[in-house]
Order: sequence, then structure tokens, then C-alpha cells
Amino acid sequence: MFRNNYDNDSVTFSPQGRIFQVEYASEAVKQGSVVVGIVSKTHAVLVALKRNAEELSSYQKKVISIDEHVGVAIAGLASDARVLSNFMKTQSLSSRLTYGRAIPLERIVSAIGDRAQTNTQHYGKRPYGVGLLVTGVDETGPHLFEFQPSGMTQEMVACAIGARSQMARTYLERNMEVFVECGREELVKHGLLALKESLAQDKELTVENCSVGVVGIRGEGMKTIEGFKLYDGQEVKKWVDLVADGAEAEEAMEVDS
Amino acid sequence: MNHLPQSWGRPRDDIYGAYDHSYLQSNGPNQHTQSPIVTGTSVIALKFKDGVVIAADNLASYGSLARFTDVKRLRSFADSSIVGFGGDVSDMQYLDRLLSSLDTREAYCSSGHSLNAQNLHTYLAKVFYKRRSEFSPLWNQVLVAGLDAESKPFLASADLLGTTFSAPSLATGFGAHLAQPLLRKVAPDEDAVAKLSEEEAVQAVKESMKVLFYRDARSLDKYSIAVVTKAGIRLKEDEKLENQSWAFADKIRGYGTQVN
Repeated sequence: MFRNNYDNDSVTFSPQGRIFQVEYASEAVKQGSVVVGIVSKTHAVLVALKRNAEELSSYQKKVISIDEHVGVAIAGLASDARVLSNFMKTQSLSSRLTYGRAIPLERIVSAIGDRAQTNTQHYGKRPYGVGLLVTGVDETGPHLFEFQPSGMTQEMVACAIGARSQMARTYLERNMEVFVECGREELVKHGLLALKESLAQDKELTVENCSVGVVGIRGEGMKTIEGFKLYDGQEVKKWVDLVADGAEAEEAMEVDS
Repeated sequence: MNHLPQSWGRPRDDIYGAYDHSYLQSNGPNQHTQSPIVTGTSVIALKFKDGVVIAADNLASYGSLARFTDVKRLRSFADSSIVGFGGDVSDMQYLDRLLSSLDTREAYCSSGHSLNAQNLHTYLAKVFYKRRSEFSPLWNQVLVAGLDAESKPFLASADLLGTTFSAPSLATGFGAHLAQPLLRKVAPDEDAVAKLSEEEAVQAVKESMKVLFYRDARSLDKYSIAVVTKAGIRLKEDEKLENQSWAFADKIRGYGTQVN
């Protein structure tokens, strides 16, 4: 009787000017676990919270390396993210082959933006159910872009998407002035602290459920980049310990004694 | 006169007899370019400490006929690189349009990024290789002059087969035999390039152009010369060879109109 007639496909507007299929796709992003991205003058980092479907299973992959200079973090349907990341890998490789040049970030982001937008304008297609944070470095320095299923992309200084990401965003907004001057380690720390804000009550950050991706520049120009590197498991221990509950207190105690 | 489009540009049947249409029929194998038609001769280029000098004369020959004497064979790209074309002139014009569209696309796409000479050279080499793999080569050899990703002088060659190479000095066509040794004397290696001044480089290139005009029968004394540095491009397209001396030719016998 009161069925919504305007959400059967992504080509029909509702009388209120909404496209429900696109909005539902954005909901899929909010189902995914949270990912945080921050950029400074020299580095861009991605920090992600991994979930395991059940006790016996492994943890999902949240951060994907695209090329030496680009990496993405995903929130939403992992299978859609695979399609998009494969596409980005192809684009990136073809730029290297045809021009001998690492693809500019802006270029690769607008490529996936265009692709996602076409999906919202053709009958029988559906929007991608995934949001991405794209980080990387190019001739113009480090960048962080947000990508949404609607095809919207925008450059950010810091961003969080996924379940309960509002808490992380609040942290980022409170600290956003300091990010620009941050070094590599500080940036990762801020990322993890933001991630921690959005954790559920009974959860904490462990080496199992954290992924960190870092990319940056060492000096002037493209030749001296610190390529995108993904840190998992024991490799993130030093950072996880840094933000663990009581870590700050211990430091304070040492000062006291 | 027959006004039907299929006979446009054909000899009239009533005067020359029936036209042999067989070669227009496509039931034989497809044929692509077998040889260049209107051609440009040498392009020469030399690196120096802050950039590259590149030059080519303004002649397009039709076989041995000096057919077009005002053809610019140096083309600038994105105000940062110069491409010098040797070989077929129509293929040069095609590549010119191709590069224009590439330039437009790049400029629209994003700000702060541009293709440097190295990127441009890679791209051109891929275009050449693709076309030769289709058995329809673009009959050129090009020199790309400019700066690389680290803003160091860059000079490289690409040809109709997709072959690429790079050296402190390069020359295409006849220049590879006549000018290259002269340029190598000035810049035998990268160390010599690092010490070479712009004036010396320009002087060496001008001298080589003169030698080419003396000895290459498909060359012209009107030429284009460009200097690419960090500051940009200085392209002069209407230069004339100066201080020619044909005294050396006095003793040469057996060519031209003389009999003994």
C-alpha cells in the first residue's frame, strides 16, 4: 500500500529529488568498519579497523596498495572495492607504460568518480556499495581523497568513513590544525587515536584488528618518494601500544618518579 | 569531362585511354605506407649544461625536388619540450595534431601536472611502435628535447620502428653521418655536457647545419633552431645560414654540370 515506488532503479528521481538507490548504497558504506585517512605536508596515512566474520575466520582486508605511490582504504562491499581497485591498478599501470609517469592522484580519483557516476545514470546498473579513501603522492605532494558511491570525490585534509565514523571525524575536526605539520609517526598516532574514538564499548585496538598504510615524500620531486607501504599484524604493534589505554598514564608516571 | 566523384583527379579516359581501376580494388592484400613521399631531412640536437639545442632546416623535399621551402619541422609541446621531425611530412602533420590533442587533454584534466620531455618521448615511442605493429608505420625519426622529471636536460630519439635511444648529441637522417661526429667532438659524454655553455652548443649546432647544407643535397640554408632550458623555449623558425664559404668546393670535380 505505502510501498516506495522510487527505489527500484538508480535512474528515477523521487518527487523530493532523491535517488534512493544511491542513498542505499551510501548506507552500505556505513555498514563497513571504520577507516581513517590523514594527510600532512610530507605524508598521507590510512588507518583501518578490521573485522573478522567469525572467531574462526581471518580478518578482512581493508587497505589495498594500488601502485608504488597510491593506496586505498575501503568501507563497504569488499567485492565492489576489488573491482574499483583493479580498475585503479590498470589505470595506474597504463600511465606508467604510456608516459613513463606515475599517474597524478587527481586523475585516478576522477577516473573512479566518473565510473561510479555512470553507474547511477544507467538503467539496470547499480551504484558501487563502497566508499574509498585514496591516498598517495605525486608531483604536487601528498594527497587524500574521499570517494562515495554517488561518484562524488573530494580532497580532504583528514577523513573517516564507515560504521561509527562520526566519532572519529569529531576527533579529526578537533585536531585538524596540527596535522599539516605532523611527521610520519605522529600522523599514524593521530589516525589510531581517531580510530579508537569510534570503537564500540567493549572493543579495543589490537595488532589483529588494525591496518596501517603510509605513503610520503622524502625530499623534492617524485624520485625520492617513500612508496605506499601496508603494515599489518606485528608490524603495527609499536603504534598500537602507543595509543593503548594506560600508555599515556605510564608516561605520566615515569615523569613523576 | 566526367563529373562523377570516382573519376575525380584521374586522367581523362578520352585522352589517356581507359583508367586501370584494378589497383583501387581491395580484393588484394591491404597495402599501407611503403615509403615516405614528402620528406624532411636531418634534425640535429645537442645537450649543454642547462638545456638542449635542437635544429632542423625548413625544407620538405618531394624525392630530390626541393618542393616546399617553408616547412617548420620543430614543434614545441606544453611550452617545455621541442620535438624535431625527420622523415615523412604528412606523418609529421598527423603527429602534430595528435600532440595538440594530447596537450589539450592534459591541460583540461588537472592543474599542476604536465608531461615533460621524457614523458612525451615515451608516449611518441609507444605511438610509433603501435603503428609499426599494425604494419602501417609513421615514417619518421624524431628527436625530443627538453627536461626530465628532475629538470635535467633530456634528449632522446624515437623512430618509425619504435626504437629509442639517448645520447649527449643526436642527429637523424644524413645528419647522423655528417653532423653527429662534429657534435660528438664538442660533447663526447655527459661530463663534457656538464661543462658545455649555451653559446658553445648553439655555435656547434649552427656549424653542423652549415656542413649539412654544404654536403646534403636535400637540405636548405633556411632553418629553425630552438633552445630549451628551465626558463622555457626560445624557438626561431626563420634563420639563415651565415658566413658560408664554398671555397672548398672549388677542387671537387665530377658532380653537377661540369664534365671533368
